[in-house]
Amino acid sequence: MIKYNHEIIFCAAETSYCGAYFKEVKMSLDPKRKAYLESLCRQFRIDVIETLHSIQTGHPGGSLSVCEILTAIFFEKARFDAKNPKWPGRDRIVLSKGHAAPMLYRILAELEFFPKEDLKTLRQAGSHLQGHPSPNHTPGIEIPTGPLGFGYSAALGMALAQRLDYPDAYTYAILGDGETNEGIVWEAAMSASKFKADNFITILDNNHVQLDGPSNVIMPMGDIHAKWSAFGYNVIHCNGHDVEDVCDAIDEAKAKKGMPSIIIAETVKGKGVSFMEGNNKWHGSAIDDESYKKAMAELKGGALDA
Amino acid sequence: MPKSIRDAYGEALRKYGVPTENVIVLDADLSGSTKSVLFAREAPDRFFNVGISENNMVAMAAGMSTCGKNVFVNTFTSFLTTIGACASKALISYGKLNVKLAGAYAGLSGAYDGPSHHSLEDIAIMRAMPNFTVFVASDEIMTDRITKYLAQEHVGPAYFRLSREAFPQIYSESDTFVPGGSKVLCEGKDAVVFSMGFMVSKALEAAKKLKAEGIEVTVVDLYSIKPLDRDTIVKYAKSTGAVVAAEEHNVIGGLTSAVSEVMLTEGAYAPLESVSMPDRHAETGKYSDLTKKFGFTAEAVEAAVKKAISRKGK
Repeated sequence: MIKYNHEIIFCAAETSYCGAYFKEVKMSLDPKRKAYLESLCRQFRIDVIETLHSIQTGHPGGSLSVCEILTAIFFEKARFDAKNPKWPGRDRIVLSKGHAAPMLYRILAELEFFPKEDLKTLRQAGSHLQGHPSPNHTPGIEIPTGPLGFGYSAALGMALAQRLDYPDAYTYAILGDGETNEGIVWEAAMSASKFKADNFITILDNNHVQLDGPSNVIMPMGDIHAKWSAFGYNVIHCNGHDVEDVCDAIDEAKAKKGMPSIIIAETVKGKGVSFMEGNNKWHGSAIDDESYKKAMAELKGGALDA
Repeated sequence: MPKSIRDAYGEALRKYGVPTENVIVLDADLSGSTKSVLFAREAPDRFFNVGISENNMVAMAAGMSTCGKNVFVNTFTSFLTTIGACASKALISYGKLNVKLAGAYAGLSGAYDGPSHHSLEDIAIMRAMPNFTVFVASDEIMTDRITKYLAQEHVGPAYFRLSREAFPQIYSESDTFVPGGSKVLCEGKDAVVFSMGFMVSKALEAAKKLKAEGIEVTVVDLYSIKPLDRDTIVKYAKSTGAVVAAEEHNVIGGLTSAVSEVMLTEGAYAPLESVSMPDRHAETGKYSDLTKKFGFTAEAVEAAVKKAISRKGK
C-alpha cells in the first residue's frame, strides 16, 4: 500500500528514489487521496474566478476546463521539485494553451513555486505573473506559451532532448481543442511520430468551445481519434473532469512504448459555473459583479458535479 | 578559390559541433543544401530532420534549448526568418533561449529560385527581436570562427546570415570576431563605407579604385549587426563626414537603417548614401547577373562614395 504524502510526491531531488516510486503507482487512486484532489480542484476554481473577477481580465472558460488535467499531472504524476525548479531530470509540463495560465498559476502557488498572495497581481504591470506563461518571470514555467501550437512543438523538443540525457523523464503537453486548428500542431505530431517519442504525453483539453463559438462550427476537426491515430499516436480517451480517470489515462500512456500517446480528455468549457459552461462568451470576458456572485454561490455550494 | 560560405559553415558545424556534446542540429529537408548534413553524418543521434516543417522546427529547437542544449536550426533564410518568426519572437527571443538560427542562402544567393527564395528582409526582422545577437558572414574564415563561437561559447539567441556563394577572402587565420565588434579593413579620411556580407569585398574593391583617383576611403565590416559597434560608426562618420552603407538587403530595416539610427541618435551628422535594394523584389537569374543588375557592385559603391563626398557641408 503506497501512502500518499505531499513531501514524498514533490520531493524530486533524489531522482532515483522518485523514479522508482512513480513506477509503482497504482492504476487507481486511494479514495482519500481522490477526495483530497477533488477538494483542491474545487478550491482552485473558486480562487481563479475570484482572481479573474478582481483583475477584470483573463480567461475563465479554458482555465476551468483544464483544472483536473493539471491537477492530475502536477499533484499525482509528474516528477519535479518546487524548491529546485531547474532540476535537470524533472518531467516537463507545458501548458501549450497558455491562455489558461490563471489555473496553472493557482496550482503552482499551491505547490509553493511562489507565494499565493502573488496571484492577485496576475496580469498587472510589475507582476511576475504575465498574461501568458513566461519562464523568465515565473518559477515552474518551462517556455513561453500563448501563440497557439508553438508550445506543442517546443514540448516535443523537450521530450527529444530529455531522451538523450534523462530517458526516464516525461514531457506533458496540454493542448486546447481550438488550438489544434493550428498547422504547427500537426507538424509536431508528424515529428513526434517519426522520432517515436514515447516519453511525450499529450493531453487534449477537449472542451468543444473556442473564442468565436463552438469548435465544430468555427473549424470542424472531424474525427479527432482517427486523425491522431493516422498521425501515428496511441489514442486514449478519458473524462477530463475525473482526476482519477486522467491519472489512469496517463499510466496507460506511459505503458505504451515506441510511439507518442495522446489523451483526449473530454471536458466542459467553463466547468463548474453553469452559465459559463459551453458558452464561448466566457472564453476571455471580464467577470461582472453579478456573474461573480452567481459563480461563487455555485462553486462554494458544491455544484461541481451537477 | 575560397570555399562557399555554406561549405565553410557546414564544415565548421561538423568540426566544432560534433565534439561539443550539447550541440543539437535541426534541418527541414535541406541538409544537403545548408550543409548541416556534414554534422548529421558524424552525430546522427544529435541531428533531427523534421521534414518540411520550419514552423515546427524553430519551436522544437526552442524546447530543446531549455534542456541544456545548444540548438542549431538550418534552412533557407527566406523561410527561417519568416515562417520561423513567431517562434523566434515568442519563444526564443522572449525566453532568451540558446538557439542559433543559421540562415542559409541569404540575400540574392538563392538566385535561380527567384524572389520567393531570396532574402532581403531577414536583417530587418531579426534585428527587431530583443535578445538576439545578429552576425553576417563576409568570408570563409569569419564563417568558421563565428560558427565555432556560436557552438562553443555563445549562450542565447543568435541569428547568423550565411550565403550559398563563395566570397573573396578578407581575413587571415589570426582574426577574431566578437559580438559588438567590427573590422576596420582600410582607413581613409575622405569617406567611410559601412558594409556587411558580400558587400564588404565590393567596398574594398571600390576603395582600391578610388585610391587610384586620390580619394581615400575607410571600409568597415559591421559583421555584428547586433550588438552594433556604435563607437566605430560615430568615430568614422565624424572623422570622414561622408558615409556609405552597403548591404545585400532591402534599404528598409537593415544596415542602412542601423547605421543611420546610430548617426542621428549620437549626433554624428553626415551625408549618408545607401547601396542596397530599393524596396523591391529582384528576379530569377544567375547570382553574378543579379548582383550586377541590382547594383550590388564596386561601381555602385564608388558612385555612392563620390555622391556622399559631394554632399559634404550641404
